[in-house]
Amino acid sequence: MLEEWDLLPTDIKDPGYFHKVVDCQFACPAHTPVPEYIRLIAAGRYGDAYMVNWKSNVFPGILGRTCDRPCEPACRRGRVEEQPVAICRLKRVAADYKGDIAERMPSPAATKNGKRIAVVGAGPSSLTVARDLAPLGYEITIFDENAKGGGMVRSQIPKFRLPEEVIDEEVGYVLGLGVETRFGERVNSLKSLLDDGYDAVFIGTGAPRGRDLAIPGRKEAAANIHLGIDWLSSVSFGHVTSIGKRVIVLGGGNTAMDCCRSARRMGGEDVKVVVRSGFKEMKASPWEKEDAMHEDIPILNFMVPKEFTHEHNRLTGVVFETVHAVYDDKGRRQLVNNGEPDVHIPCDDVLLAVGQENAFPWIERDIGIAFDRWGMPVVDETTHRSTNEKVFFGGDAAFGPKNIIWAVAHGHQAAISIDRLCQGRAVEDRPAPAVSMASQKMGIHEWSYDNEVSNDHRFAVPHAEKTVALANIKTEVELGFDLKQALAEAQRCLNCDVQTVFSAPACIECDACVDICPEDCITFTADGEEADLRGRLNAPARNLSQDIYIADGLKTGRIMVKDEDVCLHCGMCAERCPTGAWDMQRFLFDMAQAGTACSKS
Amino acid sequence: MSFLPKPKLHHPGLLPNALGYTRRDYEGAISTLCAGCGHDSISAAIVHACFQMDLPPHRIAKLSGIGCSSKTPTYFLGSSHGFNSVHGRMPSVLTGANLANRDLIYLGVSGDGDSASIGLGQFAHSMRRGVNMVYIVENNGVYGLTKGQFSATADKGAKSKRGVANNDEAIDLVSMAIQLGASFVGRSFSGDKAQLIPLIQAALAHPGAAFIDCISPCVTFNNHQGSTKSFDYVREHNEAVNMLDVITGRDEITVDYAPGAVEIVEQHDGSLLRLRKLAGDYDVGSRAEALNFLQHHHAKGEIVTGLLYLDPEPEEMHGYLKTAATPLNALDETDLCPGSAALEALNATLR
Repeated sequence: MLEEWDLLPTDIKDPGYFHKVVDCQFACPAHTPVPEYIRLIAAGRYGDAYMVNWKSNVFPGILGRTCDRPCEPACRRGRVEEQPVAICRLKRVAADYKGDIAERMPSPAATKNGKRIAVVGAGPSSLTVARDLAPLGYEITIFDENAKGGGMVRSQIPKFRLPEEVIDEEVGYVLGLGVETRFGERVNSLKSLLDDGYDAVFIGTGAPRGRDLAIPGRKEAAANIHLGIDWLSSVSFGHVTSIGKRVIVLGGGNTAMDCCRSARRMGGEDVKVVVRSGFKEMKASPWEKEDAMHEDIPILNFMVPKEFTHEHNRLTGVVFETVHAVYDDKGRRQLVNNGEPDVHIPCDDVLLAVGQENAFPWIERDIGIAFDRWGMPVVDETTHRSTNEKVFFGGDAAFGPKNIIWAVAHGHQAAISIDRLCQGRAVEDRPAPAVSMASQKMGIHEWSYDNEVSNDHRFAVPHAEKTVALANIKTEVELGFDLKQALAEAQRCLNCDVQTVFSAPACIECDACVDICPEDCITFTADGEEADLRGRLNAPARNLSQDIYIADGLKTGRIMVKDEDVCLHCGMCAERCPTGAWDMQRFLFDMAQAGTACSKS
Repeated sequence: MSFLPKPKLHHPGLLPNALGYTRRDYEGAISTLCAGCGHDSISAAIVHACFQMDLPPHRIAKLSGIGCSSKTPTYFLGSSHGFNSVHGRMPSVLTGANLANRDLIYLGVSGDGDSASIGLGQFAHSMRRGVNMVYIVENNGVYGLTKGQFSATADKGAKSKRGVANNDEAIDLVSMAIQLGASFVGRSFSGDKAQLIPLIQAALAHPGAAFIDCISPCVTFNNHQGSTKSFDYVREHNEAVNMLDVITGRDEITVDYAPGAVEIVEQHDGSLLRLRKLAGDYDVGSRAEALNFLQHHHAKGEIVTGLLYLDPEPEEMHGYLKTAATPLNALDETDLCPGSAALEALNATLR
């Protein structure tokens, strides 16, 4: 009989439970099965590893170089040791060594289903929609003002981080699925597009407008003040080939990092990044800041731009006031003047990377699409549908600037919605993920995964020599892991998708699992309410973001509690269990996608 | 058994003891015993006890004989001294080591075969002599290494895995130890660390012959219906007389108990044992009562566990023998060879 304080045992049949244990996959917006592809890399099956990625995130080669890596801060390895597995760079390994996989790509649909979809913008979210829907027989037309597909991936990410060939290849796989492209054609009216009789329209036009900085001197010195993302795309397309020797980059995000590093390659010798906030609060990824500093670019913090100084309409520098951060009781930050004299930093050019904005001048306001007071369309977060039932938004166009992997995730969801709309099904009903669990036991102490836990620390990705890298903007800085490093790094993965599954009826409570567990994860104890229980485990479970796995039905009336937080998935509990009450089962969680876009059959 | 070593990574919240060691530093090599063996739980309990008592691993000597139990010293205290002796001869090797160096902490690990069959005489005499040691018998009632024949501690009437009943009377090592003069005698169960760990700690702190009979189910040969040493049987018939807390100098006694429910015993070295009484007013200081209680409950088919007998002022072998306080390896030439005048004086006493 359940008493009042009894906790309900964990329902491991709910796919959500074990999904959360695979921290990297759970954190990935596209829910890429990370441990699965890392195992394939360790097995030398790079092509297979690539395809697992391609199915989930469409751009493994691009993301393997540019992803914002939400998986890495989530990685369990970072909790049991210091550094997470270099998941992102292993993805690149899969892309670098995959060989020819053209044969494994789905073929264009043999017969079309008669539904026409317009896709506006050829960035990652749009291409994902096309990738998911084209093989199902949808007639996809992609519009983009540029001559080639890729969107911001091609226009804004500098080539020293992402070579053009990689973009061409992966954009090419999508366009090869029988997609009509109308590149070089700017859509100026959504109304007329809808009037063309498309069954659905997907808008993936990104956040194309760089935010300006309206301080004194902006107009007078305009010739030497550039909007970061526009300047990056001019560099990317070869319209700009040089910059002054002394450059100030304003802003602390990844665009600022791309600007400063590009400037170093375009003739900038004395390049500085100046940021309002502190170093830690900067939006740029830590590794991008490191790469910038490695290229002799200082980052100056707590300096607020006040005025552009100029002489004869020529920029001479920027005046900054120095500040410090003060937080009120609600945690809101205020930047307060230090009371020190302002600082003037002389320069020849300024790059503004202080934010990006959405802009939809081409969407009529009377066609049933509601916009909020910030000028953003009202979009459902699950279905990505706007208030016009045929119009869907994804990527930066939907909810403001995020990053590539979010755009891909949006694309998958929008594709599901469009598919359901066109098939006359409720868009709100979302298809369930495909989940499978299979025991990995091969013998008394043999498992079909490598359960030996590596003691290696994270391997650094080799970089090109600085002088070589800075000499040419097209020279890729990161060289990628070689196969030996890739194998060693892959072995740092803890196989979190191989789950510890407990069966109480088989348990004889011998304590073998408790004694062997290297992380003291397992406790047999009296029932209680969760907060109390967490405190009296063999190792108290203080990380509340991680679940505890509870099983009842033991002979002594106690419960089994396993803290998922720092479990190494080493399988020692299952190896030492005399009755097979513990088993290691591989949990595969496949996010639903529109139709069966990725299977060739 | 497992092929792979236990991963070196440990829980980020794992705390060091006063010596700066974590509990993991007190572990040994990975066990090669059958998965689920009770012996592995006893090894884990020893690791916990030594860690919690801040014992320097290099001041502990672990000695054993032959058998599954006697393999276990490899699996704990990997940085301590070890001696794997001849079958049944651990007690005499331990006695000799103790005579040579009384400064080490001696931990004898044996099994029911090693101590109740081939080594019964050695067991008996080490108890009689009051060797300062902890002597743990990992008692599973069968010969595990030779496929599960009954050992001398198997209960009469207990059934083997193939259903054959044991006709021989069991040797009760606890009763023998009490009778033979051991000054600390307890019994516990590998499946109950809450009871076992403090018992081992108290035994380690006891300055005399401390004996622990630890029932340790053999998952392979003696964990079936009809066995009296299975996990289920021991859990059902366990009659604990007390729960023990070892109080080191740092701790304060803060919990209040009903009068008569708690007995505090101060040992010779100043350590305090707090006994929470579970079975009426069992008197832990009386040999006769202990033996009586054991017989009485054995007849009812119960397994009495807990601290069963304690002499808080024990005498030990070095006291009887009036040996030098300094370990032999620390005596220098002048001590060992005091010269002809001293010899003359000695001879004079014999004339």
